[in-house]
Amino acid sequence: METVTQQEIEQAISKASREVFETMLNLPLEIDPSVVRNVIEPETFHGVVALVGVAGAWTGAGHMSCSPEFAQRLAGALLMTEYDSVNEEVLDAVAEVANMIIGNVKTIFEEKVGPLGLTVPTVIFGRNYQTRSAGVKDWVLVRLHSGEDRMDINFYLMPSRVMHHAQHRPEMLTA
Amino acid sequence: MALDVLIVDDSAAIRKILHRVLVQAEVQLGKVHEAGNGNEALEKMKTEKIGLILSDINMPTMDGIEFLTRLKADDAYKSVPILMVTTEGSQAKVMQALALGAAGYVKKPFTADQIKEKLAGIL
Repeated sequence: METVTQQEIEQAISKASREVFETMLNLPLEIDPSVVRNVIEPETFHGVVALVGVAGAWTGAGHMSCSPEFAQRLAGALLMTEYDSVNEEVLDAVAEVANMIIGNVKTIFEEKVGPLGLTVPTVIFGRNYQTRSAGVKDWVLVRLHSGEDRMDINFYLMPSRVMHHAQHRPEMLTA
Repeated sequence: MALDVLIVDDSAAIRKILHRVLVQAEVQLGKVHEAGNGNEALEKMKTEKIGLILSDINMPTMDGIEFLTRLKADDAYKSVPILMVTTEGSQAKVMQALALGAAGYVKKPFTADQIKEKLAGIL
């Protein structure tokens, strides 16, 4: 069975993120190699999270999170405006940054797993919350730094038949 | 003659960026209209005299491929050039859009110069 490795996901996220930061944000970007790892679920958040789904013969999702301050900085860089709070424009800008990064990751993996669709992004802003995807055990976390700011990108991709099986056979989750 | 432009994207951020690029481009710009999806764009086409469209592909309600298909099937609008500006980078989607009559294709993330260069080739 075809597989997608942690290293491939890390490389795809790194490439897509660099392209977006260099082309549209003009912000510095460093990948933190010590934090690339598999995680069961993304951690508890205080800040902004953007979610983008991937669907087709393979199913997946991208999950981008950052502090409110970094969200304002991202929006400022994208729209050439200063923001001092997380408003609708900031949320829209973060959603679009996630859409571009995860969209480009999706395009990279299409060469390997065939055509994939992309959902419109969902963006959430709040304190002390968690996100969860039913049936998903393995996310790959890639941590990015831009100056003092930090952004975490989590991504998973698995064959849809495996995903379908896991979601409809609850005993699989507790085995 | 000034050119009225329609920007179709579900992201207000991208609409704002493309509007700014159009102002900078060497285009005799008239009014700039915006729509959040293909349905809204088709409504704008009925009420405004649009001379150029910049459209995303992945949008809710009606995506850019469906919008492009309907536009090119309508004698009233089929000559209006449409530049696809989208995250959708798969070769199959690019070929589909061009086969349906898109005048060009720019992948997000983009630079202002990439958009200006495409517009210069279209107009």
